[in-house]
Amino acid sequence: MAIPDETTGATGATGETTGAPGTASLLLHAHGITKRFGGLVAVRTVDFEIPEGSIVSLIGPNGAGKTTFFNVIAGLSEPSEGTISFAGEQVVARPRRGWAEPFFWFAFPALFVIFALAVVAANLPISGELLVLVAVGLLVTSLVVAIIRPPWYVHLLQRAGIFRSARPNEMVRFGIGRTFQNIRLFHNMSALENVQVGMHSRMAATPIDAALRLPRHNREEAVAAEKAREWLAYVGLGDREDEMARNLPYGDQRRLEIARALASQPRLLLLDEPTAGMNPVETRRMTELIAQVRRDLGITILLIEHDMRVVMGVSDRVTVLDHGEKIAEGTPEAVRANPLVIEAYLGKGAASAS
Amino acid sequence: MSAATSRLGGVRGFSSRHQSTSIVLVVIVVTILLPIISLIPPFSGFGTQKDFVGGFAAAGVFVLLALGLNVVVGFAGLLDLGYAAFFAIGAYTYAYSASGFTGLSIPFWPMLLVGALVAAVFGVLLGAPTLRLRGDYLAIVTLGFGEIVPVVFLNADKYTNGTNGITGIAQPNALGLFGINGFGFTNPWPYYLTIVAIITVVVILLYRLQDSRLGRAWVALREDELAAASMGINTITTKLLAFSIGASTAGLAGVFYAAKLSTVTPDQFGFTVSFTALAMVVLGGMGNIWGVAAGALIIYELQSQGLKQLGSFVQGLNVPVVALGPITINIGAINFLNYQYLLYGLALVIMMLVRPEGLFPSRRRRRELHETPAEDELTAPDPTAGDPSQEGGD
Amino acid sequence: MPLAILISLAVAYGLMVIGAGPQAQEQFINALTIGAIYALIALGYTMVYGIIELINFAHGEIFMVGSFVCWWLLTTLGFSGAIQDPVLLIEVLVLAFTVSMVTMGVVGVIIERLAYRPLRNAPRLAPLITAIGVSFILQNLVFVMISNSIVTVPQIIPNPLIQIGPISIREINLFVIVLALVLMAALHLFIQRTRLGRAMRSTAIDRDAAQIMGVNINSTIALTFFIGSALAGAAGVVQGLYFGVTVFNIGFQAGLKAFTAAVLGGIGNTTGAAIGGFVIGFIEVLASVFGVGRWSEAAVFTTLVLVLIFRPTGILGQQLADRA
Repeated sequence: MAIPDETTGATGATGETTGAPGTASLLLHAHGITKRFGGLVAVRTVDFEIPEGSIVSLIGPNGAGKTTFFNVIAGLSEPSEGTISFAGEQVVARPRRGWAEPFFWFAFPALFVIFALAVVAANLPISGELLVLVAVGLLVTSLVVAIIRPPWYVHLLQRAGIFRSARPNEMVRFGIGRTFQNIRLFHNMSALENVQVGMHSRMAATPIDAALRLPRHNREEAVAAEKAREWLAYVGLGDREDEMARNLPYGDQRRLEIARALASQPRLLLLDEPTAGMNPVETRRMTELIAQVRRDLGITILLIEHDMRVVMGVSDRVTVLDHGEKIAEGTPEAVRANPLVIEAYLGKGAASAS
Repeated sequence: MSAATSRLGGVRGFSSRHQSTSIVLVVIVVTILLPIISLIPPFSGFGTQKDFVGGFAAAGVFVLLALGLNVVVGFAGLLDLGYAAFFAIGAYTYAYSASGFTGLSIPFWPMLLVGALVAAVFGVLLGAPTLRLRGDYLAIVTLGFGEIVPVVFLNADKYTNGTNGITGIAQPNALGLFGINGFGFTNPWPYYLTIVAIITVVVILLYRLQDSRLGRAWVALREDELAAASMGINTITTKLLAFSIGASTAGLAGVFYAAKLSTVTPDQFGFTVSFTALAMVVLGGMGNIWGVAAGALIIYELQSQGLKQLGSFVQGLNVPVVALGPITINIGAINFLNYQYLLYGLALVIMMLVRPEGLFPSRRRRRELHETPAEDELTAPDPTAGDPSQEGGD
Repeated sequence: MPLAILISLAVAYGLMVIGAGPQAQEQFINALTIGAIYALIALGYTMVYGIIELINFAHGEIFMVGSFVCWWLLTTLGFSGAIQDPVLLIEVLVLAFTVSMVTMGVVGVIIERLAYRPLRNAPRLAPLITAIGVSFILQNLVFVMISNSIVTVPQIIPNPLIQIGPISIREINLFVIVLALVLMAALHLFIQRTRLGRAMRSTAIDRDAAQIMGVNINSTIALTFFIGSALAGAAGVVQGLYFGVTVFNIGFQAGLKAFTAAVLGGIGNTTGAAIGGFVIGFIEVLASVFGVGRWSEAAVFTTLVLVLIFRPTGILGQQLADRA
């Protein structure tokens, strides 16, 4: 079957100047990613690179481990093995030397206890109870800091060689945004509010600013509302801003999810089956939107898809997973013709590739 | 959401654009009306205006508690059953600062802030262990803390004077504004006005927080914690902020309460207080600031006045006595005040079955509770929040 | 695991010796008895949670009402002291337990039907709040209708010590411990070996699949409540007989501690709940033996918090059904 040229958008893989493979810088580099769930190996030693500015698709039969891999990149799931660097910085790794972290928690209180002993030895008139109280206070503060995990604490850990994977909200700060396979909008919030939530990590006003309605808060909120409207308009939902997310038609909900993800100004956008359940017209519009996002905003895109028309039409490169392993990678045409890939799909791929 | 409502005309639009002003206006009106209503029959028959005003001041404490708990339960969706712990902490903080027990004598007004801060810190401390827990477990742990704190106050005699509590706590000193002076045991008016002022400030601040980045984060957290985290919300900070802001409000209430009663004892802060506050939030309308405040006032008045009157009414009916073995059921002799918690319980159960969003629900809440709920986590029962990495399975 | 149990018991006994000296044996047995009470209550919590994922706040009150049923029965029948005639004693005991267990079982089923079943698909908050409401209703019904203070329950089991080898144990302790073990064993057999038990297990694992397989979900859940409440009722009778007193607000504390026990052992896991109950019993008695009885509540709740933070699946971990 020939790919209908007119449908899947002119901004297909071949014509665009995304830079020859190898010369573009790597935005994401995943190495040796393995994820085990008890006895089941969902992802097995997968290496993956995403050049900046490209659109890469991840395909494979159901159960191949695509969403699991996605979740690792998005910070929702820690890999059993492997590392991921994003924009040159390591963000995901199997937690290393996590056992050493408690030393940090006890460091300050321990130092204080030594100080306190010195005070006591020197017979200074400071009550013992006060010293104990302060020591306990320091310990508790350390524990609370450990729970909250502010960025400086994470850097401190990394410097000490204690590595913990980034949490999903930290990934967003790094510049990775995502949508979900089963739409996870905030159903009882309006479209506008959903997008505003997406902007959360890029806003700086604190609750104190909000409580006192300081100028910084007011300005930021006004700007955010305007930007949110822009995002909605960009995905074609400009006239729906006050509509409850749950009341939007399916296709609009998918696009709202994308607007919400875009609002966090990601460098890498992870789209998990963005056209699932869509009819051909909606699929085409979505495909155009994806291409548009890369073209207008320069955002790198990683796509999980089952619809081969979308994959073939918009990807620069396709990677195929089966049973958790990478079995093929290359341009859409190359992958389409790859016998291993056809075999993995066992007829389904063959039908759409013939 | 104010973006949408502020474009409306009429009262809603006005109150949305000039929120603080409208709040102050409403409060002034209510503050003036309440003592006036108490002079009108049949209310005038229940007690003197002074009694009523004293009662309103006491109700105000619970309004504050309900407002604060609303932040935790209503905004952030965290079921806190041990809220009275923060109330106790606020009260004891002021007791330490202004009584014979410690010999300190720090004035009331700054202590309001200090008490709120101390309670906020404890909000973080007691909230932190609950962060990874799912709804029911979070409730139980907070319940546990709610039990532990009064027990600590009870048993740590050296620091807290145990069962006898701390007495002789200093009254607030006069401010000279708005008639807030002349604090004393026989004059309820300054207390009434003070608590009204505190409530006004708190309500204004809460509305502002609700309509901010944090407020949206709370709603997102309540809707879908996983998606919220994936959109860049630091769920831990968001939850801890809910706990600490809620706790600080209870701290304010505690400082005021200690000053008004001049005594604090551990048994004033048991589970019944947490439960009452929860009942007020749930029955009033979770998530709706005005609803919760109104619910608290109504419930408190029903409880302190309504039940008494019901008792007199029933006595007049002369229902015969029933005996079942060693149990005698004498309806005429029922002191309905004893029944108040029974009625709370019944009210809660009936509310949950019939109108879970409460008497004055926020529109969002009513939507949430009457549509089909989103599917729950897919994992097996596990006290920690649904582990997203288990959803992988593609 | 039997080895672990033996070692723990030995350690506990050692602690008893340190703390109580000559009374170590007595306190050890005391701890076993109190533990048995908590274990029986904990079983109800864990079964209900395992099957509908609801912490039944009212469960502690079921225990309390059970003790009042026992009080009412014995008082109405006119008993006031130890019954010396063994035949009569056995008859009365059987009657007391049967009446209390069946009554509380029925009460449990009624509560489930009226207050929990309609909310089975509601967001989490609703049934939780309802359960608290029910708890308050029960507690206050007793408070206003029966007594707002302590009532004495006739202690019908005679007091003398029985010698079994080097162990001297009172009849009542022996009775309670044996009864608890028998009930727990019966429950275990029921869940593992009978058709109804299998229905309960399958509903706990996957309600929809069980329903498709023909399991009547409503009846199964009702049965679970019946059994759990009956066990709590039995615990209530034990409370009355052993301590000789009961009061309207023991349900709250006991319920909280029993819930800790259930979580400690692994929520959803009946063996775990039993073990957890005994652990809590020991914690409580050891606390009083070492003179810090006032802090035993705080100790138990701290245990709960620590378990939920560091090992939320409990000692024995998740066990919705027997994992082979």
